[in-house]
Amino acid sequence: MKRTTWATILFMLALAILPPVFMWTGNAFYVDLATRLVILAIAAVSLNLILGFGGMVSFGHAAYIGIGAYAVGIPVYYETYGGADAIASYGGAFHILVAVGVSALFALLTGAICLRTKGVYFIMITMAFGQMIYYLFISIEEYGADDGLVIDTRSELPLVSLDDPLQLYAIAYVALVIAMLMVRTIVNSRFGMVLQGARGNNERLVTLGYNTYLYRLTAYVISGAMCGFAGALLGNFTTFISPDMMGWSRSGELMFMVILGGSATMLGPVLGSAVFILMEEILSSITIYWHLPFGLMLMGVVLFARGGLMGLIKGKGDK
Amino acid sequence: MPPAKSAKITGNIHLDYTLLFIQMLNGVQLGLLLFLVASGLTLVFGILDFVNLAHGSIYMIGAFIGASLTFITGNFLLAVLIALPITGLVGFLIERLVARTLYTRNHLDHVLGTFGLILVLDTSAHLIWGPEGIAVPLPAWLDGRVELFEGVVVPTFRLLIIGTGLAVAAGLYWLVNFTKLGMLIRAGASNRTMVSALGIDISTLFALVFALGAMLAGLAGMLISPITEASISMGGEIIITAFVVIIVGGIGSMKGAFIAAIVIGLIDTLGRSFLDDMFQLFMSPQAAETSAPAVSAMLIYIIMAVILAFRPQGLFPPKVR
Amino acid sequence: MKRLITAALAATMLTAPSFAAEVKIGFVTTLTTGAAVIGNDMQKAVDLAIEHMGGKMGDLDVNLIYADDGFKPETGKQATDKLVKQDNVDFVTGFIWSHVLLASRKSVLDAGKFLISTNAGPSPVAGKLCHKNFFSTSWQNDQTPMAMGEVLNQQGVKSLYIMAPNYAAGKNMVAGVERTFKGEILGRDLTKWGADAQLDFSAELAKAKASGAEGLFVFYPGKAGGAFIKQYQQAGLRDTMPLYTVFTVDGLSIPKLQAANFEAVLGSRTTGHWAPSMDNPQNNRFVADFKAKHGTYPSNYAAQSYDAMFLIKSAVEAVGGDLSDMDAMRAALKAANYESVRGPYTYGNNHMPVQNFYLQEIVKDADGIWYKKNVATVYENHVDPYASECSMN
Repeated sequence: MKRTTWATILFMLALAILPPVFMWTGNAFYVDLATRLVILAIAAVSLNLILGFGGMVSFGHAAYIGIGAYAVGIPVYYETYGGADAIASYGGAFHILVAVGVSALFALLTGAICLRTKGVYFIMITMAFGQMIYYLFISIEEYGADDGLVIDTRSELPLVSLDDPLQLYAIAYVALVIAMLMVRTIVNSRFGMVLQGARGNNERLVTLGYNTYLYRLTAYVISGAMCGFAGALLGNFTTFISPDMMGWSRSGELMFMVILGGSATMLGPVLGSAVFILMEEILSSITIYWHLPFGLMLMGVVLFARGGLMGLIKGKGDK
Repeated sequence: MPPAKSAKITGNIHLDYTLLFIQMLNGVQLGLLLFLVASGLTLVFGILDFVNLAHGSIYMIGAFIGASLTFITGNFLLAVLIALPITGLVGFLIERLVARTLYTRNHLDHVLGTFGLILVLDTSAHLIWGPEGIAVPLPAWLDGRVELFEGVVVPTFRLLIIGTGLAVAAGLYWLVNFTKLGMLIRAGASNRTMVSALGIDISTLFALVFALGAMLAGLAGMLISPITEASISMGGEIIITAFVVIIVGGIGSMKGAFIAAIVIGLIDTLGRSFLDDMFQLFMSPQAAETSAPAVSAMLIYIIMAVILAFRPQGLFPPKVR
Repeated sequence: MKRLITAALAATMLTAPSFAAEVKIGFVTTLTTGAAVIGNDMQKAVDLAIEHMGGKMGDLDVNLIYADDGFKPETGKQATDKLVKQDNVDFVTGFIWSHVLLASRKSVLDAGKFLISTNAGPSPVAGKLCHKNFFSTSWQNDQTPMAMGEVLNQQGVKSLYIMAPNYAAGKNMVAGVERTFKGEILGRDLTKWGADAQLDFSAELAKAKASGAEGLFVFYPGKAGGAFIKQYQQAGLRDTMPLYTVFTVDGLSIPKLQAANFEAVLGSRTTGHWAPSMDNPQNNRFVADFKAKHGTYPSNYAAQSYDAMFLIKSAVEAVGGDLSDMDAMRAALKAANYESVRGPYTYGNNHMPVQNFYLQEIVKDADGIWYKKNVATVYENHVDPYASECSMN
């Protein structure tokens, strides 16, 4: 097996084993940290599908996290305080359905427009749609506007209780593994080949008779839906959602996680989120000026470590 | 949130033309300020093909340098004159240290690299100037008001911003269209090898363009700080709007940036002034007040999306490319 | 990567159980962004309080942990979670911003810890969401503007235009002044708040002017306050539309406005529960030492934070350092049996202070430094309007 495959298996094993150990040694906070990490990793994996494999640089992906989290928050809000019976619910299945469904729909509508543009225009129009959703939620007084919405009760699922930190972690972890396997299956399929081909040489595939626009749009929708699911998990984890969570800088952070770990690789986005979360945690506990070293690290990675961390793991031996 | 006693609002402001005129003037002023930031951005973006998210941070640094110098020299205008070249120098250094390495990379690397640069510059400003911001005093003759005509009284300083914005716009138009430097700038974007073949050091040219962009952003920062104070988060407040301006206008087009900036300035100001009255026609005053500012902010992005949907290259895509 | 995790694991295992005789206090405030100016002032006051206590509450050492909320509810909640779960603090205090408090309160209260707000006082925590372990050393958001509304009535102001930032506290402040003001309200603007807050108020000021209102009421805390005052002066509204503010011209903006020589501020009036001018031994020591150390008058944020430390001290001493006796500590907190810089006050059923509110004016002190001075009492022992919604008694 290749070194990257070994790294992937080892790292995922570590992610499976460490949180229970933290829990049993009385370090509940580290379970929280791991949960945040895994959930953001799902979002990064979803972004990697279009950014890494598809060459579509989406600068508005945090919007789907927000949509997913509000898909939990709003039904819970109505179920708790009354009103809007049609969508009032504590049911987890319903939340996930709404999170994934609305995200997919939003991705379809915006993707159809965004994909007409290229290059930096694409980056900026995806950001514009992200900002639109951001301001939309700021404008809705009912859901707390700028103040955000406290999610009083977590989604109710059969068999598991999301109120238990370890069970919530387990769900998030399994979801991450499934997301990674899904992306791998997609990328290795004929569909994925066309998608990656279009990243390199779109014209060639068009002349070969492929409607690459449709291929890209499909990938864009899958990615949005997946990220919406991550958002539903995040809402359940933080039990709080505010428009801040979908601002443009959050989208930038997601992009950075993908690049830091190594785009267009399996483990890259996961590794990137892990390092991102840990660096943020460690640096911010040392100094309130932690954004300075953090920014320098970011610039350093972009300037000097092309291929991200996976590039380093890969080394010279592998291809 | 318990509903406030909203029925109390009685004197709904009807559309009066004096107010409309003043608000349009405010909108134009905001638009020209946006243009100052966006013009630097579109120069760098259009000519160097470089996405600089940290442009807003240069705007902030310009404001702080200007503010500090105002207290040192005791004169706002003198401070601006000294601060401009210093801000240009900061831009020059950023170009040499960071931007230059990124020119050959893709836009994604530009976005991420300058995203990191924002954190570095903003935190450095926090370290140097502290979090509290600086209130910039104006000389008495700028601090007053002018009565343009019956009932229309505007602060003198806001007229100065409008005047400066228009002068810079004219200057840039002349620079880009009628000077040798402008010709080189236009050629630089479309044909690097040709410019190099003419024996011109393209790397110096690029650095100068970058410094010029920084000076424009810095000027905008210096002009806004007597109104809002120089503060460490001001860069993030303007950068995205400035990007919207140049995308709507067409990247690299000075004319596009100018028109888009004015339009967006007007939309933002008029939206904030009149949208909540309009919304009250069909929703509660409380909800209208909350949603109106956000919807007018959203309007800008909606317009951008609509324009890009029909003209994927913006309103005035540069012909060369 | 793996080494990092192992190291982190090892480190936490070593530090996990600690039986040192100390009281752990987590202080959540804003230390980054422009709003850090408030957080820094609070921090200075807390440090001064600890210094005045000689670093001890009873026999226990004080272990203070500052956490940054980044001016965002989400970050504030994360910071609070960490204080509760990892640092296992006994008290969580601080909180400038109403929305940060609303997002974070559950984390503290569900863990069975005491939560003491040193500034934010959104209506829910005083009303329906009141909690036995929640206390405040400040006020409920509506109270200060209610006092201002009363002042406006007394001064015969007939009509008002209102401006405030669009977040929980802004809405409460507006509700507060409207609750008591008897005249007409000719218009209202809620402006964008948060990290990318709107600071150019030209459009709103033009609307206010066109409304023809007799007075302008605003609430702009932190850096927005200074920006607003300047634009108000530049717009020349001073003669036609007098300004009435709460938490806008405060200990933080006054020095800046004096440095820039904005004379318009002198003589302007506000309301509040505390001013540096108040004459009692605790306040005199606090203000004198704060000034000696930092060169400026403390802000009300500083005063409230200073008080919180002494409130906690009174509870810790009441139980003789036995921090597990929550009931006795709660009773001690409720008694408010400590020297407050605002003078004595009591706690209402919802654990909000029942206290006086004063009309205050910005004047020059003996050294020519601008500061805030009480000129009249507007309310005596005022109970906030949400107390009746709270089910505790």
